[in-house]
Amino acid sequence: MIEGILIGLKTALSFQNLLMVMIGCFAGTIIGMLPGLGPMTAIALMIPITYGFDPATGLILMAGVYYGAVFGGSTSSILINAPGVPGTVATSFDGYPMAQQGKAGKALAIAAYSSFAGGTIAAIFLLIAAPSLSKVSLSFRSPDYFGLMILGLTAVAAFSSKGNFLKAMMMCVLGLMLASVGQDTLSDIPRFTFNTMNLSDGISFVLVVMATFAMSEALTIIIKGNDPTKAAKQISLTELGSIKVSKEETKQMAKTIPRSSILGFIIGVLPGAGATIASFLAYGMERNFVSNEEKEKFGKGSVQGLSAPETANNAACSGAFVPLLTLGIPGSGTTAVMLGALLGFGIQPGPRLYETNPEIFWSVIMSMYIGMVVLLILNLPLIPYIARILAVPRTFLIPMILFFSVTGIYLMSFNNFDIFLMIGIAVVATILRLYDFPMPPLILAFVLGGLMEENLRRSLLISDGSWSFLWDRPLTFCIMIVIILLVGWQIYNSFIKKKL
Amino acid sequence: MKINSVKIISLLFFILSAFYLYTAHQIQVFAFDEGAPFNAKTFPIYLGYAGMFFSGLKIILPDQKPIKVDPKYLEFKKTILLVLTMIIYGATILKVGFFLSTSLFLVFSYYFLGERRLKYILIFSFPFVAIFMYLLHGLLAVYLRDPLLKYIGIMG
Repeated sequence: MIEGILIGLKTALSFQNLLMVMIGCFAGTIIGMLPGLGPMTAIALMIPITYGFDPATGLILMAGVYYGAVFGGSTSSILINAPGVPGTVATSFDGYPMAQQGKAGKALAIAAYSSFAGGTIAAIFLLIAAPSLSKVSLSFRSPDYFGLMILGLTAVAAFSSKGNFLKAMMMCVLGLMLASVGQDTLSDIPRFTFNTMNLSDGISFVLVVMATFAMSEALTIIIKGNDPTKAAKQISLTELGSIKVSKEETKQMAKTIPRSSILGFIIGVLPGAGATIASFLAYGMERNFVSNEEKEKFGKGSVQGLSAPETANNAACSGAFVPLLTLGIPGSGTTAVMLGALLGFGIQPGPRLYETNPEIFWSVIMSMYIGMVVLLILNLPLIPYIARILAVPRTFLIPMILFFSVTGIYLMSFNNFDIFLMIGIAVVATILRLYDFPMPPLILAFVLGGLMEENLRRSLLISDGSWSFLWDRPLTFCIMIVIILLVGWQIYNSFIKKKL
Repeated sequence: MKINSVKIISLLFFILSAFYLYTAHQIQVFAFDEGAPFNAKTFPIYLGYAGMFFSGLKIILPDQKPIKVDPKYLEFKKTILLVLTMIIYGATILKVGFFLSTSLFLVFSYYFLGERRLKYILIFSFPFVAIFMYLLHGLLAVYLRDPLLKYIGIMG
């Protein structure tokens, strides 16, 4: 493992990669700060650029963007009470009241230190957990993988849909349908191409991500008439206050950080749970741990109330990489986008990545850590300046997002058809967004579609067409039980509990 | 059962799934693959049924969280104009070239969204695209097709 860490450090600390982490963190912070635009949009916009680099550099850039976007989301939560991402909603509970009390600088510093500490502890867990889990997952067979993929989709649908389980499942099916367009991987038989050459290679992953996130988010902002930058104009960004944290506050954070990190990491590893649930749970847990006097301060600018969700959401972000790197199965929308990018590089994440491409495996882990250091020493002092981006009018912001989306696809294919297809998907996604149809399950399903079909093919061929493979192996059987419990729980919550 | 927009979307999804299922059955597989436990149309057929199942449930079951989207508050005009601008941009980018089509796309998009400060409109269109092109084409050696600039002799 030490050798691997050194390989990772050597790759991640090369001049080019260090520069990419910095650029990624900076760009991610700016994009993540803009309300409505989260890490998925940030990563999606970066994908066409990453394809110009070698896989390790491309992934390092994306990891930087990821952490930068999460940090940027906290900034807009604290400064203007408009979380850039759902994972930072809990941050605004105590961060925004602190900012209103003239302690915005301090709130940003607490958020940055907590994120850094949470990320550091989670990175250590990741270093320990990932190689061990990689070894265990080598014993997984096709039925287990097929079961795990269904579990991943069901879990994302259950947790990300906020009570709209059926809508989320419809989005999963739509994602799988889009993934099935093009030639069949084994027989090369064209499917759903409608005799169009443009569809014979299937629909590009970048196209779907750009359309469903970057483009449709921009169109949603326009159609809803929201102006995310309006609130920013009302606050004086030069009056952020000191970023110094007192001894007493450091002591309070020292108690909160370890427990929130552990909780965040565990929640992050679970498929579908992610940073949002981790931050809310950590906030709730912290409220139960503190004294009655401190409990009264929650929601009014509590240091622990701010530190807990920030620690947990960063720890969850690191935890989400565990199933991606060890099983090749993303547990969240963001890691699904990263899986798509990895596949684009010709790399198949999974248990063998640890053995076949150790430099990529370790450099991603190490760059995540370096990204957090960069965020702390580079972004924190620059926050008063970066925050000015919040005041960029949407009249300029939206066309820029659309321009980057169209250019990204144009550079990849030089094909009008792809641009029209992207616009079409973006329009449909915008309508679906208006009626609360979640997009992360669609992306996760789109990325997993090919792998899912492949594993189902192998399982059915081995069992000679019988579906008994779902309960023949104890592991597959356990996974299926979890899926049934999850679906049952969703049905109970949605339909039965409300009627009682 | 109350008919609302979500039910209509679910119904459209049901029809799409039915069409998908029909098309999946039409996939021509090799003769020796017809009776195989798994062939090119197996997975799509399951998907078609799954789509019909979930959308069917959504249509039949009552809405737990009805969503009210009031069309009065939606900015259709701006959105449609922006989408049309994008379509025209997509149609012209290869023929007219990256520089002119992108710059004009940005100019019109800023204008349609309500920007009236000509100075900023011009700065964030033509010079911005020129710098962007220089970074991509000049520094990163990413190929950008631009017949117009090639004709004028600016681009190689």
